[in-house]
Amino acid sequence: MATSFRRFGRRLVGSISRNNFSTSCEKQLIQQQDGGGKSLNLYSAINQALHIALETDPRAYVFGEDVSFGGVFRCTTGLADRFGKSRVFNTPLCEQGIVGFGIGLAAMGNRAIAEIQFADYIFPAFDQIVNEAAKFRYRSGNQFNCGGLTIRAPYGAVGHGGHYHSQSPEAFFCHVPGLKVVIPRSPRQAKGLLLSCIRDPNPIVFFEPKWLYRLSIEEVPEDDYMLPLSEAEVIREGSDITLVGWGAQLSVMEDACIDAEKEGISCELIDLKTLIPWDKEMVEASVKKTGRLLISHEAPITGGFGAEISASIVERCFLRLEAPVARVCGLDTPFPLVFEPFYMPTKNKILDAIKSTINY
Amino acid sequence: MSHPILLIPNNNNNNNNVFVLILQFLIFYITQQLTPHLLLHHLLLHKSFYSHRDLRSLMAIFLARSRATAVQRYVRKNVGFSEIILGVRSSCNSSSSSSSSSSSNIISQAVAGKYFRKHLLPSSCNTTKSFSTAAGRFKSTAAAVDSSFVSESDDDQALDFPGGKVTYTPEMKFISESSDKRVPCYRVLDDNGELINGSHFAQLSKEVAVKMYGDMVTLQIMDFVLYEAQRQGRFSFYMTTIGEEAINIGSAAALKEDDLILPQYREPGVLLWRGYTLQQFTNQLFANKDDDGKGRQMPVHYGSKKHNYVTISSPIATQLPQAAGMAYSLKMDKKDACVVAYIGDGGTSEGDFHAGLNFAAVTEAPVVFICRNNGWAISTNISEQFRSDGIVVKGRGYGIKSIRVDGNDALAVYSAIRAAREIAVTEQKPVLVETLSYRVGHHSTSDDSTKYRTSDEIQYWKMERNPVNRFRNWIERNGWWSEQQESELRSSIRKQLLQAMQTAEKTEKPPITEMFSDVYDVLPANLLDQEKQLTESIRKHPKDFPTDFAV
Repeated sequence: MATSFRRFGRRLVGSISRNNFSTSCEKQLIQQQDGGGKSLNLYSAINQALHIALETDPRAYVFGEDVSFGGVFRCTTGLADRFGKSRVFNTPLCEQGIVGFGIGLAAMGNRAIAEIQFADYIFPAFDQIVNEAAKFRYRSGNQFNCGGLTIRAPYGAVGHGGHYHSQSPEAFFCHVPGLKVVIPRSPRQAKGLLLSCIRDPNPIVFFEPKWLYRLSIEEVPEDDYMLPLSEAEVIREGSDITLVGWGAQLSVMEDACIDAEKEGISCELIDLKTLIPWDKEMVEASVKKTGRLLISHEAPITGGFGAEISASIVERCFLRLEAPVARVCGLDTPFPLVFEPFYMPTKNKILDAIKSTINY
Repeated sequence: MSHPILLIPNNNNNNNNVFVLILQFLIFYITQQLTPHLLLHHLLLHKSFYSHRDLRSLMAIFLARSRATAVQRYVRKNVGFSEIILGVRSSCNSSSSSSSSSSSNIISQAVAGKYFRKHLLPSSCNTTKSFSTAAGRFKSTAAAVDSSFVSESDDDQALDFPGGKVTYTPEMKFISESSDKRVPCYRVLDDNGELINGSHFAQLSKEVAVKMYGDMVTLQIMDFVLYEAQRQGRFSFYMTTIGEEAINIGSAAALKEDDLILPQYREPGVLLWRGYTLQQFTNQLFANKDDDGKGRQMPVHYGSKKHNYVTISSPIATQLPQAAGMAYSLKMDKKDACVVAYIGDGGTSEGDFHAGLNFAAVTEAPVVFICRNNGWAISTNISEQFRSDGIVVKGRGYGIKSIRVDGNDALAVYSAIRAAREIAVTEQKPVLVETLSYRVGHHSTSDDSTKYRTSDEIQYWKMERNPVNRFRNWIERNGWWSEQQESELRSSIRKQLLQAMQTAEKTEKPPITEMFSDVYDVLPANLLDQEKQLTESIRKHPKDFPTDFAV
């Protein structure tokens, strides 16, 4: 079933620009403070990270469905030619096999970089990720581990992906001790974070915002660099309200921050980057300063990771909060094709929530 | 599915149309609006509307273009697929050629398909070699051809298809759901432990045979003593290996130390064979501080890095795709070793069984898959588990060599696993071994198997087909074993085991810090917080918690 649909991957993304939401993603995303390096889009930055990972470690492998010719999103372009078909290869169409294979490869001291073609298809591998990868070290008393495993998967809305090419399943994996979940917001972040994930001694699920693969362009240093995991980043300073998000949603949130500023509201925007284990301290410090918190993600609101952030911050900042924590998220429906513009946590939904939190 | 910009001529004999068509196609092709893929797709879908001459003319033009290679590949791929469907249909309808204009007319498509095949394929599909991906890893991609499927009459009409040529047949014949005869079971010793004349088997030295027997007896004693100890409530859970001692020890003895074991949970014998001590086993059962797994898993979930025995996890079959990955690593490192993955009959129904075998086959990973078919998955009999002739026949579906072995004949298991290991390591590919045996014990200490099977059945396997007795008869016949050695061995092991159990029971539990370590390589902030909170709770409510843990 999935194969033919998956083939649309490239076209899906290629035609994003024709879809114009109120929270337009058209503009290039959040620019890094300092320049340097070449202008790259997100999939090319991922590609560069994979090149570096394979180049710097002869025990690194890249595999998954259709990765050999470059992948449906082109993230693995050129890798098989450069590093050979024994290190970069197609696997059978079987997600549990891909992750299981990756665990085995990683357990032998390799860097296993597995690609799941869409995050929507990660569920057949759920058992391997949750019961096997996450517990491999713990259950063996640290005799064995599969820390070299990194699972890459494109996630999130894309304009017309419908149920099975749009989901944001990060919260499922945030409920699993032993895993790390990382989501980059831009090309420079993607490269640095992915290299960190690949080299981190723990199994990691790395969700890539597929909406941004071609859309997000920024200067990316060409050298081999890593960005720290479990460290959030304030990407816009403000004093009235703290906004927390990750991945593609940050651009929508930033738009809302810009509009709020026009109305005299100063927003602080935090990119969480690593969802577990997450940087509670930075969010806490910001909320203690602003007294208000808004969390936004594409995934359905109920049981989303926003709920966890909200609960933790209420625990830590109860007396400093001047309004209830606001959440602007996806709705509790399956991801609906034609209703996507309604489903999404759009700029104006966020802006409204900012205002009502300020005016509470 | 048709491409809307293309006209469909309604008379396939009108040669005047050909020019118009060619012109039309060329314009689109040159202006890049019509890719060769789209064109061919269109041709295939509407081939009934074109005469084969039209098609040939068009093909000639397009194959001559610079993208000819891509086009050829496309033709092979898609013509191949249509041929499979149309070939069957055409064999039922060899009647007149039809010029009907209805695209849903199966007969006309079938005839067109036949034309297409006969007149078009030979010119474009003879270069077999460009087909296969030439990577070294995929050397054995070509499917083995079963001689029973090769028809002599039509073999000049072979379909060139990935994996090797497929011959055609005018005969519409379904492959039977199972072969007429069940796959026989390889054995060397008869039920009395007598060597069967003409048997092929690997020679065993006296030393190895006696150690094998000793370890089988040790397993028996462990099962007896530890099962009882669990029933007395000394630890929480236990699983016996009764009835499957020969699979455990026979396979273990046939492997080399560097071979990596991925066990399920009824293979403690492999670990025993490799030198795991009774003290180490009992430390795990009692989850004390000396347990290699730091007291974190239920009893019998052993694991030892030193013994190349990967820690057991309860989920069924998850180790199989992992086995493929581990074996792939051995392959890349050119190690003289393989991975040996164990599974039960129930586990073959899991998706991971499919994933594991398919990945191992495709990546040509040196894995020996050993299936202990003991007839029962808890209370589910194999008759409710799968159809066809058990597990051994599944191997061929994946392109994996397979053998069925009498799991109660230690010598046969030893010989088969030795050979399987040899194939895996020297030929660099997976092998599947189905061992037929019986789970004489209950599934676990939480199960009472007399609720779903008769005691007669259990007794029969316990007495008549007992694998340990059978092997004992054989070594006694060889003059390698005596009654006196037997009783000395049994009482000595029993004594050691009771001693080990006592020590394990007295040994303190792992410190509370081990609850938080190893979730990640280092403790993240949330776990540091939780450790602190827990320590506080223990301080405040010491009576709420067990007292034998160091805080």
